[in-house]
Formats: sequence, structure tokens, C-alpha cells
Amino acid sequence: MRIACPYCGERSLDEYLYSGDATVRRPEPSSANAAADFYSYVYERANPPGKHRELWYHAAGCHAWLVVTRDVSTHIITSVELARDVALPSDTAVRETA
Amino acid sequence: MASSATTSRHDRSQPQRLAQGGLIDRQRAIRFNFDGTTYTGYSGDTVASALLANGVVLTGRSFKYHRPRGILGAGSEEPNALIELRTGGRREPNTKATTAELFEGLEAKSQNRWPSLGFDVLSINSVLSPIFVAGFYYKTFMWPAALWEKLYEPAIRRAAGLGRAADAADPDLYEKATAHADVLVIGGGPAGLMAALAAARSGKRIVLVDEQAALGGRAIDDGAMIEGAPASKWAHAVEEELSGMPEVTILRRTTVFGTYDGGTYAAIERVSDHLAETPGHLPRQRLWRIVAKRVVLASGATERPIVFGDNDRPGVMLAGAVRSFINRYGVVPGNRVVVFTSNDYGATTVTDLVRAGANVVALVDSRPEVSEAVAAVAGQAGIKLLTGAVVTRALGRKRVSGAVVRTQTGVEIRLPCDLIAVSGGWNPNIQLTTHLGAKPVWNDTLHCFVPGSLPPAMSLGGAVKGDFSLHIALSSGAAAGASAVAANEPFAIPIPRAENESDRTAPLWRVQKPAGKAFVDFQNDVTAKDIELAEREGFRAVEHLKRYTTLGMATDQGRTANVNALAIMAEITGRTIPQTGITVARPPYVPVAVGALAGHHRGKNFKPARLPPSYKWAREQGAVCVETGLWLRPSYFPRKGETDWLQTVTREVNTVRSAVGICDVSTLGKVDVQGSDAALFLDHVYMNNLKSLPIGKARYGGMLREDGVLFDDGTIARFGEHHYFVTTTTANAVKALQHMEYCSQWLWPELDVQIISATEQWAQYAVAGPKSRELLQKIVDPEFDISDAGFPYLQVGEITVCGGIKARLFRLSFSGERAYEIGVPARYGDALIRKLWEAGQEFGCCAYGTEALGVMRIEKGHISGPELNGNTTPHDLGLGGMVSQSKNFVGCVLGTRPGMLDPNRPVLTGFRPVNASARLRSGALLLSRSADATPESDDGYLTSVAYSPSNGHWIGLGLLKHGRDRTGEIVRAYDPVRGGDTLVEVVKPVFVDPEGVRVRG
Repeated sequence: MRIACPYCGERSLDEYLYSGDATVRRPEPSSANAAADFYSYVYERANPPGKHRELWYHAAGCHAWLVVTRDVSTHIITSVELARDVALPSDTAVRETA
Repeated sequence: MASSATTSRHDRSQPQRLAQGGLIDRQRAIRFNFDGTTYTGYSGDTVASALLANGVVLTGRSFKYHRPRGILGAGSEEPNALIELRTGGRREPNTKATTAELFEGLEAKSQNRWPSLGFDVLSINSVLSPIFVAGFYYKTFMWPAALWEKLYEPAIRRAAGLGRAADAADPDLYEKATAHADVLVIGGGPAGLMAALAAARSGKRIVLVDEQAALGGRAIDDGAMIEGAPASKWAHAVEEELSGMPEVTILRRTTVFGTYDGGTYAAIERVSDHLAETPGHLPRQRLWRIVAKRVVLASGATERPIVFGDNDRPGVMLAGAVRSFINRYGVVPGNRVVVFTSNDYGATTVTDLVRAGANVVALVDSRPEVSEAVAAVAGQAGIKLLTGAVVTRALGRKRVSGAVVRTQTGVEIRLPCDLIAVSGGWNPNIQLTTHLGAKPVWNDTLHCFVPGSLPPAMSLGGAVKGDFSLHIALSSGAAAGASAVAANEPFAIPIPRAENESDRTAPLWRVQKPAGKAFVDFQNDVTAKDIELAEREGFRAVEHLKRYTTLGMATDQGRTANVNALAIMAEITGRTIPQTGITVARPPYVPVAVGALAGHHRGKNFKPARLPPSYKWAREQGAVCVETGLWLRPSYFPRKGETDWLQTVTREVNTVRSAVGICDVSTLGKVDVQGSDAALFLDHVYMNNLKSLPIGKARYGGMLREDGVLFDDGTIARFGEHHYFVTTTTANAVKALQHMEYCSQWLWPELDVQIISATEQWAQYAVAGPKSRELLQKIVDPEFDISDAGFPYLQVGEITVCGGIKARLFRLSFSGERAYEIGVPARYGDALIRKLWEAGQEFGCCAYGTEALGVMRIEKGHISGPELNGNTTPHDLGLGGMVSQSKNFVGCVLGTRPGMLDPNRPVLTGFRPVNASARLRSGALLLSRSADATPESDDGYLTSVAYSPSNGHWIGLGLLKHGRDRTGEIVRAYDPVRGGDTLVEVVKPVFVDPEGVRVRG
């Protein structure tokens, strides 16, 4: 598999580490439901087929955390974004590369 | 047809060698040895062609029944002729005689026979075959189960099996390479060459890969004429043209064996396998990773055998292989030949055989009616044409002596012969199209599977697509190549003239009512009867059939077997082939040596060694080093007269506790954290409160995982308003940095903070012991006050040493003594350790390594790897008081779950043996003194132990239930694995200076 890092360009899979689901966001610890929210955030995962947004880390490259949209059935990657851009509230544009 | 028609034989020593023709070099004779006999072949031969040239047809015994076997094919599809090649560390089992190129002095042995190939004791298995049918493993050796390991399995392994692996280390080198291509062309036959040519003329970067030594593929095997000349001449001309293009790479003797995601293909190049010895500058094999924007697959097709009685006898050969041996190698594999076919390929095989001087006894064609062209071939050759007829059985044992033919009218006749050339039609080599999960589709006209959906960016050319005829293959290859580079005019290059052989075929998978065993999978000895048995027992699904009979599971992946098996199952169950199932493949397409996958990553080269800055000096000092992760760290520094590591370590500990010692701690992970939000960021990352940390101070801190488990610990030093420098454990240096980057980029991206690893940039040494300050005073530049008042415990500062060298000083202690860590830019690391050593001599300084470091931290009760075991919480390890109750940090919520604070959790406790001379062992289970040793009475275990020079006996740290309330209790340290059962007293987890006076000096 090849992932196109926004900084480094397209690189082989062995430069990256997979690090889980990018659709879950860390809850607010001060909320009333924090215990249940965090439990769900850490442990509960759906495993749907098709497109999935997931976190990757360019470990043997620029150390950027990335949000990769990948079809888990075909491994076809349709977008790679900087996790920082996705996480920042101001971010709106999802760059579709495919 | 081919140019050099002749009937004369060349050489008495190679009775089956033709006087002319083939790609061999008759000027270069090569001697080789097979099973102890020396033969002669020619440069350009394979072991198979050279053996056939010498009239040798018996090459091995079969896997299960030990039946005599010969050569079935002529390429990498070969299931039968597996040999053991070379000797010693280079011994290579299960090598296909049909792909092993001949070299001077080659030694090969047949496999799976004892005591000899001609007389094999275990061929009795063939007589006992009723017990060796499909599923025999599951049925025969069921009871008693205990005998499996001791008796059944070893016996079966000896009786059924293939070659022996080498019993010495492989002396050859292997390497890995990566290529990036605009177009990867897989296959250098007519279609592949045309594709490469069409694509290359665009100027784009082309990689052309072919399995064989010479390009040209099937056109050479079939002796085809292209542009009026032999195909080999045309292929050579194309190769010349391609080689002259700067962006074209041609990899011969290279097999693409796997399709991977993102246009990544794996290939194995047999760089030196065809040479007697690997030249020093070359690897034996090279593993390629080829990344391609577009791919043209021109992998050709593999011929199918027909399943009939005793169709495995040496001398039953695929028709296409017969033609390969004649046209590529100048060898005629038999003298009296019956050609058995279901398609028009039989007739062209007859033509080649006649030209090669063989006596063709009959053309047996299963079709009731054949074309005029086929009839004409038989007529011209003056041979018997038997239509609507089948071969029911091969006669002979170690060599075919005849064929039993059932004619259209059902009469059985015997035709004496020594070779039966068989063609059941062709299967496109679709494997690389299915590796990513795509399913092939059945083509009812061609009677074969053709690729269905394709991997992204792949197109097809030639026989793999079903374009079997030469002229069509040439044009479909050209079209695929042109479209791969988006050429406007798809036929921009001229298509060379070539004859179109007819590819008309009728399905014939097996002969009904055969006599004798009728093999489907030769390599795994699976017969048509096994498939019937599997069906009767309910294993009808193709995946069940495969597993029950082992069909298609041998090293050839069933390339000559799978479609026949599927068709037979379809026939038995009255379904169509697509209803019955499909055959897909997984990588690798050909067996790949593990050595090639490892490449240079063997032995010490498996992982790089990281050398700490003082390494050279430490070696000079006689340090014994230990691998900690990738690091090679001094473990201890033995001195003359010391005979035992414990003696050395004890001396080092005593020196540090009484005088001073120096130790390289550069391996700790070091992370520089800067930015206006650095403090806020670290408060999110660490469990303890860091906002209050003043500039110029350091603090111990811990990081949790989000589930509340303690992940790592270290120190946080503050050098400025917006500048922190944190350390991690050596083991977690990489993971902790990754985690911090995760926090800064994903969890809290709005914070203004920058993080960078500085582990390699700073050489850092611990200077520990009561005289550490006096030692440092010798090298720290005088303008810096390091007195206890000016530089108290947990003070940090940027200083200079040795007359202006930038340095950082940290007053930290892992040993429990007055201690400092001094850091300098890594390039000064070697100089600084020498300076420290020199300056320390007058104070009786020692160097100490990881052993003494470990002993002192256990004496002091500091946690390390054995306690940071991925299960423990801060509370478990006595750090609960440090955990902030009021801030948002990783682990803050789940760390407070009831289970994480359960008072029954084992907690960090100290232990000392009741009998002061007793030794403790880490890992020993802790039990109440009166408890039986049962899982229910498990109260914890010893995590870290050491002989404590400061106490004069062994000490231990451990995790014990209610440990903090059990001080003074005697418990058992129970160690059944090593036979230990020691009474230990529960103590507080600190064995030296419990009040912590010494660190403050």
C-alpha cells in the first residue's frame, strides 16, 4: 500500500504506523457523562466495510499524523489529510485526491 | 515454422539432442551430475532439458505414493521434476529441474526416494494406497491421539515429503531493490515485448520483467516465425531496441510473484542461480519492489494435462513442453510418440515432432470431428489420426512403453510408444490479477478462466487475456502497451507478421473409466478418485475440496491441477464450472527463498546497533556491553582480578555510594518542547501538575495511557518560559515521542507547541556519588555556581564546561546519591567522558554500567521497565499522590475507574529474604506463608531483584496485594519453574537512605 503524505509525497506502507479510528474524538473530561464517553472513546469500535477514516503516523518520515480515508475492503485510499487540519475547528475542506 | 528441420541426432553422448535448433550453445558443453552419474549438456540448457537430451526421463518419486515421476512441463508450472540442487549450505530442495539452468559442475539429486531412485522401498505406499486416499491423515491416525507427535507424524514426514532443507547457514548474499516505473510490463513473450515497445516509444520509464533467461516466451517454445524469421531473432531485436532506451529496464530471470496495493509488485530476480558460484560482487537473488503507475500483464498461459490412467508415468508430458524442448533446447524428449489432445495444439505438436525426427505413432484427438487443417497435418505426416478417441492409460512403469487408446467405437487398442504428449487446452496465468481479491470469470468459448475485474491500473495483453494466437497476442500486447502510456494512436507501432495458430478447443478434463490411478494434482498425489471421494463425503465446495484432498496446496499452487479438479467436481455434481467455484491464488506465484525476503537483514544486520557517545571509550575501558533495544550499552566495567560480574557490579555500586561514578545515560529519550503553550501542553500529557514548575527546575513526571495505565516516566526540566526538555525511558523513547506528537497534532492542535527528539543530539552522563560535585567542579567553568546553595537538588541550568563548551546540568538522582546529569552536544560526548574520567581519578571515580544502575535503582525503590509493565497504575506503584485531580490530561477519566483504584490491586512493595544468604529471583510468585500454591492464592510476584551491596543481601521489588499494609509479614516467594520457595519479609520499597537525605547532599 502507498500513502501520499502531504509533506513527503507518496511513500510505501512500511514508513507508516496505523493507529486506529479517526472518526472518534476525545470527549470533554469535565462533562457529566465523561466516564461513559471515555469508555466508548477508548474501547468501542464499529468495524464497517467500505470507506473508513483512520489515523496513520509517518514514523519513518516527517512524523506527521495523518487522517487517511481508505476503503478497508479494497485498500484504495481516497484522501490523505494532516490530522492537525482535520482536528482544528476551522478546518472545512476535505481534500479528495482520488 | 522453425527454420532448421532435421532428423539427425547430434551426439552419441546426448542421444536425444538435435543437430540444430534451440537457444543452446553447442560450442559450450557443460558437465553436470545427477544422482551420482555425470552427464553432458550445453550452455542454455535447464537440468530438465539436459537430462532429456541424455535420455533420462525418471527424475523423482512422488510425494505420497512414491510413484516414479518424470518431467511434465518445461517451465515454472512443473509439478513433478523437483530436485535437490547443490550441496552444503547452498543445498536447495524442491527446485524445478525445468527452471534450473545448467552450469559447469552442477550437482543435483532426485528427492523422496530411498535407497535409490530406481528402487524405492517406500513405493510400497503405492500398493497400500487405499489407506492413503484423501483425508487419510484425518482418518487413519486418529487413535490414540498421543501417538501423533511421537509416532505418526515423524513416520508420515519421512514417508511423504519432498526435499531436505540445507542444514548449514546459507553462505550467499541476497539483496532488496526498489524500482519505480511508469509502466511495468510483466512477461517478455510476444505480447509483453510488444507492450514494452509500444509504451517505451513514449519515452516513459518502463520496467520489463521476464521469468526466463531469454526473452520471447511461448513464441520461442512453439518455434514460431515472426517477420519471416525465428521468433528468437525477433525477440532479440526487440530486446536490443529496448536496451538502447535510457528509461527502459529489462529484468530477465525475474518472476513477479505478488500484486500488492497501490501499484506495488514484488518480484524475485535470480541473479546468480545460473552460475556455479555467486561472484563476490553479486547477490544470489534480488527481491524487487516495483511501484508502477500502470501495469501490462502479459503472463501467458499454462497448459492443462488430461486426467487419464497412470497419466503420471515418466514420458507423459505436456504437448507445449515437448515443443519447448524441441524448439528452445534442441532436444526431442521421445522417439515414438502418441499425441493426445482435445484441441488444435495437438496437430502443431505433431508437426514439430515430425520435424525433429520423432516417429509419431498417432494423433489421438478427443473431438469426434476435427478441422481440415488438423486432418491435413496428420495426412502430410502420414500418421494415424484417431478422432473421438482418448488415451485411457499409459503403459510402463519407470518409462512409458505404450498407450491404451479407446477409439470412437469404444474399442481399446494398444499403441507402443515412449512419449505421450498431452494437451487439454490452456489456462491463462491469471494469478496476479486475483491477488487483491478479484475473481476471474469462466469463458465458455475458450474453456478457461480469464481475468475478471483487474487490480487498479492494470491492463492485459496476449494469452493471459485469452488471446492465444500469436498474431492476435502481438497486437493485443501492443494495444495494452500503447494505452498504458495513453498513446493517441493505439497501433502506433507496426504489428509484425506472424502466423496464427488455431486455438480451437473442446473441453476434456478427464477420461471416463480410466484404468489405474488418474492424477489431477501430480505434486500432492491427488487423483480423480480422491475428488469423487471428497464429493461423496460432502466436501463439494472448492475450498473444502482443496483442504480435504490437499489439491493445489503444493509448491506449484496447483497450476496444472486446479481447473481440472474444479471441472471434475462440476461434472460429478452436475453443475457448471462457475457454479462449482473459482480458483484464485495468493502470493507468491513461485516459491521465494526466505533468504531473499530477509535480504541483508540477517544476523547483526537485522537491526542497526545504536552506539552511545561514550561507546568507544567504554570499550577501551574493557566494558562488557548489553543490547537494550537497539542500543549497545556498557553493562559493567570489569577490572583486573575481578572474576565474576557480581564482584564488579558490587564494586561499582560501593564506589558510587562512597565516592563517585560516571555512567552514560544518553540512551534515555530526550524531547525538546517549545512554544507559548508548552506548559499547557505538558500538563495535558503528564499526570502531574507541571504549570507550577519554575524555570531552572526539574520534576519527575509520569505519562498515562488514555485507559489510565502508567505508560512512561521521566523528568521534565524547564529552561525558559516557553522551553522544556523532557526525558523518557530508553525503552519508550520512540513511543513516547510518537504519543506526544499525537497529542500535539491530533488531540490539542490549537496549542502553540513544537516537539522534537533530541536523543541523538545530546550526550548525557550521570555523575553520581558523594564526591560528584567535587568532580564536576573540575570541569564546569568557574563562573557557574554549583554549590548546594547555588545548585540544589532538582536544579537545572545551561552552563559551559572545559572552557566554553555549551552544556546542560541537571541535578537529578536515580541512584539515591547526590548526583548530576551533564549533557553536551553529542559531538563532544567522547571528549567529555574522557574529561570526566580524568578529573575523577583523584576521587576514586569508577565507570558504571546498566547493572549497577539497576542495582542502585532497586535499592532506592525507583520503578523501571519491570514495574512499568503495561498493567500498573500510578496508584499501584506508589505514585498516586502525584496524579492531578483537577486538570485535563491523558488518562484522567479512565484512570479513576473503580477497578483502577481497587484496594485489592497488587502494589509496589519491597522484599528481603528471611535467610540473609538466600537468593531472590524475579518472576517468583508471592503467596501468603500458609497458603497452598494454587492460582487462587496468588498475591503477586517479584518484579525486580538484585544483590544489594549496601545491605549485604538480596533485595526485591514486587507487586503484592495489600502490600502497603503487610509490612513485616513473612510471605513465600514461590518459583516452581526454577525450583525456588523462599520466605521473604515484606518491607517498604526503599533499601537505602529512606529519608532521602543524600540526594540533597
